[in-house]
Amino acid sequence: MPAKAGDRHRQGQSGPSGGKAVPPRPPKAVSRKRDEDVSMEAGDGVDEWAAAKTLVKPPDQLELTEAELKEEITRILTANNPHAPQNIVRYSFKKRAYKPINYVDQMAVHFSLNGNMIPKDSDEGRRQSIRLSTAAEKAPVETSAVTSEEAEIKDEASTGNTQAAGEEEAGGSGTAETTERAEAEEPPPSGVKEQKLANQFNFTERASRTLNNPMQWEIYDAYVEELQKMERSKEKEKSKAQVPKREEEKKKGRRLTSLESQSDDITKISKAAKIMERMVNQNTFDDIAQDFKYFEDASDEYRDQEGTLLPLWKFQYDKTKRLAVTAISWNPKYKDLFAVGYGSYDFLKQGQGMLLLYTLKNPSFPEYVFSSESGIMCLDFNNDHPYLVAVGFYDGNVAIYNLKKATSQPSYKSSANSGKHTEPVWQVKWQKDDMDNNLNFFSVSSDGRIVSWTLVKNELVHTDVIKLSGEGTTMQGPEGLQLQMLGSGTSFDFHKKIDNLFLVGTEEGKIYKCSKCYSSQFLDVFEAHHMAVDSVSWNPYHLKVFISCSSDWTVKIWDHTIKTPMFVYDLNSAVGDVVWSPYSSTVFAAVTTDGKAHVFDLSINKYEALCTQLVVAKKKNKITHIQFNPVYPVIIVGDERGHVTSLKLSPNLRRMPKEKKGQEVKKGPEVEIAKLDKLLNLVRDPETKAGK
Amino acid sequence: MCICKLAHLDQKSSTGEKQAEVEETLKRIQAHKGVIGTVVINAEGIPIRTTLDNSTSVQYAGLLHQLTMKARSIVRDIDPQNDLTFLRIRSKKHEIMVAPDKDYLLIVIQNPCE
Repeated sequence: MPAKAGDRHRQGQSGPSGGKAVPPRPPKAVSRKRDEDVSMEAGDGVDEWAAAKTLVKPPDQLELTEAELKEEITRILTANNPHAPQNIVRYSFKKRAYKPINYVDQMAVHFSLNGNMIPKDSDEGRRQSIRLSTAAEKAPVETSAVTSEEAEIKDEASTGNTQAAGEEEAGGSGTAETTERAEAEEPPPSGVKEQKLANQFNFTERASRTLNNPMQWEIYDAYVEELQKMERSKEKEKSKAQVPKREEEKKKGRRLTSLESQSDDITKISKAAKIMERMVNQNTFDDIAQDFKYFEDASDEYRDQEGTLLPLWKFQYDKTKRLAVTAISWNPKYKDLFAVGYGSYDFLKQGQGMLLLYTLKNPSFPEYVFSSESGIMCLDFNNDHPYLVAVGFYDGNVAIYNLKKATSQPSYKSSANSGKHTEPVWQVKWQKDDMDNNLNFFSVSSDGRIVSWTLVKNELVHTDVIKLSGEGTTMQGPEGLQLQMLGSGTSFDFHKKIDNLFLVGTEEGKIYKCSKCYSSQFLDVFEAHHMAVDSVSWNPYHLKVFISCSSDWTVKIWDHTIKTPMFVYDLNSAVGDVVWSPYSSTVFAAVTTDGKAHVFDLSINKYEALCTQLVVAKKKNKITHIQFNPVYPVIIVGDERGHVTSLKLSPNLRRMPKEKKGQEVKKGPEVEIAKLDKLLNLVRDPETKAGK
Repeated sequence: MCICKLAHLDQKSSTGEKQAEVEETLKRIQAHKGVIGTVVINAEGIPIRTTLDNSTSVQYAGLLHQLTMKARSIVRDIDPQNDLTFLRIRSKKHEIMVAPDKDYLLIVIQNPCE
């Protein structure tokens, strides 16, 4: 049938081109005949050849003339769609007229079938291939992601793992699985291999979301709260003995907090305010902070061996303007925190005292402020309990301040009854806890007593350790009495390794070597200075060496087995304080009343200071104390006006010995000891050397 | 009974002391060199203490609150055990510093002197 329809169409098309209207019938007959011819040909091929050609005419065939029969009629096959109209006219509302449309769509769709094949390289194709290949590996990947997530969140990792694994294996409830998968959707930890995770839940960018569903940290917070609740309930079970008092306290605590939460309480930002103050200060003193951290004086290379001190922050407080700095000490735990004691060295002008604790992070205001009636002369931090400060006063009392408590009064204080000194306390030093684990410290005073104070059941109990009486100090008093004159101790220091051994410097210029075990006798006496010994200090590395300074303008270095000093330095002015550096056994610093700081390094120059620098205004001010920071290359210097200046040591002052090429740089106390030993050997007399 | 009451008083005085301390710290910050203004914002985003005018305070409060929340969520998402302690925005003209503390915010605008 389609073939005949085609014929008809062809006939219709050729109409205008042919110019002749041929009736449809004869072609039909002709085509029928042709068909019959074909069938006949196929069937009776032999017969046809045998028989003569006889034309069979159907009865209704058109009669045509010869000429007409020979006429050639051209047929043109085109790709035009016979069903499509030849001309289309549309009404255009714009022009209010009919408009012919030139192009008529000629496409005739005969057959269409939607296929389901996708190219391999397309996105979808790739995704599918991955899915197929990872279908088997999906189960273990998910458990590893989930377990590592759980491990982050929960403390009990093992139980978490088993729980998660169990859930996965069991096939879990739908919700459990979806939550786990949701967790895995978040940036997965390193447990997941580098594969693209198929987005099963239409993952959208967090930035474009309006409402963010539970964040990872919200989940973490919830877990932490649960844990804390559990711990609290455990504690409540344990402490049932102290129920009545505690309960009341807790109730009050709760009542207070409820009050606070109602009103806008400013105390809630106390921590933030503290951090902010430090940041504001850092901004203002930005250049100093940068210098402190990074600046190394490059000109030191050209300066031969000398060094300089770079001034950093200056600490001052308006209430201490009239007071002199009498003691400075760094905190053993927090390396940027230091304590400054204020008082007065003037016998006639005695006023109140203050104890301030500053941190390098906030140069404009102290962290802790304590005031006292009498001037503070000395202080010391406890190494094991860095919040305890022992303090000695001008009136002979000693006290312990507890930094953890909010009060500005000392926690424990001695009194006239409990054996306070009768003269100013010049130095206090903590000792190791005694056998009953009680805190204890020593104090030395001008009244000639060295007293050990022990904190027993919240009270300070004193024990006289030694009385500084010596030969030649007995006097003839009235009525023939023998009066024992006591030497006045002005400083002392305990040996780092040998617990019992300590040195005491006195006002007469003698240094006594004593032991805690022998209370009546000294082990040795050194005729050290002509005037009061202001400071005496053991070398932190070498076990035999100590240093002393005095108002007689000298600084002397001793070996405690030898009566004469190893090194003597004359500094042209009364020396207020001398300290060893914590990083080298041969470096020490001294301060004089003319406002200069001197830094020596024996391994580089045995006779002169590497640095002599004016730190404070010369005539008006005197420097009283100096301390090295245990970690940073910084020293702090206190003066008579209540200012504390911090200075940075230039590289030349902290030089470590250069090793020969190929050898490793040795570090450690042994090296320091060996260094100093070498120097001492040069100075020691050959006789004493042989004598050993 | 008396002891308990005294204990209660002590606690109250310590909070009063603490309050005075914080007030003093804020005063010092405000008086510090280069500080243009300070704003303290409570949990609801309302400025409770400010040295700037009301409209500016409210503007800072709203904008910085959102930024701080975003910054905090960044820090905590990377590691839930971590938390935001301080945020500093340095601009051409001055520096805005934000210290979050639980739900409160302390904002200080300083002009670091060059």
